Amino acid sequence: MSIRFDDVQVGDKLPAWSRKTGFAEWNRYAAVNEEFVPFHMDDEAGRRAGNEQGAFGMGNLRYAYIVNALHDWIGDAGIVREVGCQYRAINQKDDVLTVVGEVTEKAVENGEHRVRLDIDVVNQRGGATCPGHAVVVLP
Amino acid sequence: MGDDATTYVTDEMRQAQGKWGESRTAPPIAATDIRRWAMATYYPRQPPRVYWDAEYAAATPWGGIVAPPDFNPFAWLVERPRGGSPGLAGRRPDGKPLTGMNGGQTDTYGAPMRPGDVVTARSRLVDWWEREGRLGHTLYVRSEIEWRNHNDELVKTRFSIGIRY
Repeated sequence: MSIRFDDVQVGDKLPAWSRKTGFAEWNRYAAVNEEFVPFHMDDEAGRRAGNEQGAFGMGNLRYAYIVNALHDWIGDAGIVREVGCQYRAINQKDDVLTVVGEVTEKAVENGEHRVRLDIDVVNQRGGATCPGHAVVVLP
Repeated sequence: MGDDATTYVTDEMRQAQGKWGESRTAPPIAATDIRRWAMATYYPRQPPRVYWDAEYAAATPWGGIVAPPDFNPFAWLVERPRGGSPGLAGRRPDGKPLTGMNGGQTDTYGAPMRPGDVVTARSRLVDWWEREGRLGHTLYVRSEIEWRNHNDELVKTRFSIGIRY
C-alpha cells in the first residue's frame, strides 16, 4: 500500500505514529545500535548527566520513529530521501512520543516527485522534542 | 556570554577541520541485523515486511529486503578504531571529562542498504561554536559523515551536531 504524489496536498498531515517509551524500548535500541551509554540505562547516571528524573531516551530512537512514521505513511513504493531534526527536549521514562508532520511543499527535482514536510516528535504534554523536516519521494 | 577565556576547543580540532579522517568499513550487513533493527525500532508493533520477509520484499519496488534508512551497520564492530585523538571531541581546561550528547542531525539517503552490502564511512569536522547554556559552558561541534557501499554508491550523507558540556 502506497500513496501517490498526486494524492498529497500542501497542508496534509502525517498520520500520527506513537510509542510509549521506557527501558523496554531504550534497551532494545541500545542492543541493536550498540548504544550502551550509562545515562540511557541507569537513573543515577541520568541524574549525574543533569536530568533529575533519571535515565532518558536516545535521540537516535526518536529519529528512528520519524523514519518509521514516514515509511508507514508512504508505503513500500515511497522513498525516504532526507530527514533532519534537532533534539530540543529530553525523552523521559514513560513519555508517549508521537511523530507529527505536515506537508509544506511539493516539487519535481532531479526527476523525482518530492514532498517536503515539517516534522516533530511531541510528548504527551504536547511538548515539541524534536523539530525538523523530511523529504520523501513518491510514485 | 561567558568568560572569553573559557574554551573547550582544542588544537587537534583546529588542525582536523575540513579534513576527511581515515575511512572505516563495517562487516557485511546480514538480514538478521536488519530484522532486529526493525523489530527494536518498531517495538512493540510488528515491523513492515519489506525489512524481514524476503518473498514479500522481492515483489516490492525495492526488489528484496532493504534496511530502514537509519540502520547502522557500524554497531557491534569487534575492533572499534577510536576516531583519532580524543581531543577531537573538545577538552575542558581543567581536564575533567566532558559529557557528550546528540544535538541533532540531517541525513540525506541515496542507495538503500541491503543484505550483503559492505558500507565504508569517512567523516570530518565541519565547524563548531560555544555558548553558555542550561548545563554551563557548552561546545557544539558539527560533523559530516559519508557512507558508501561496495559499489561506491553514496548511501548516506549526515551532518550532525555533537554537544559537549
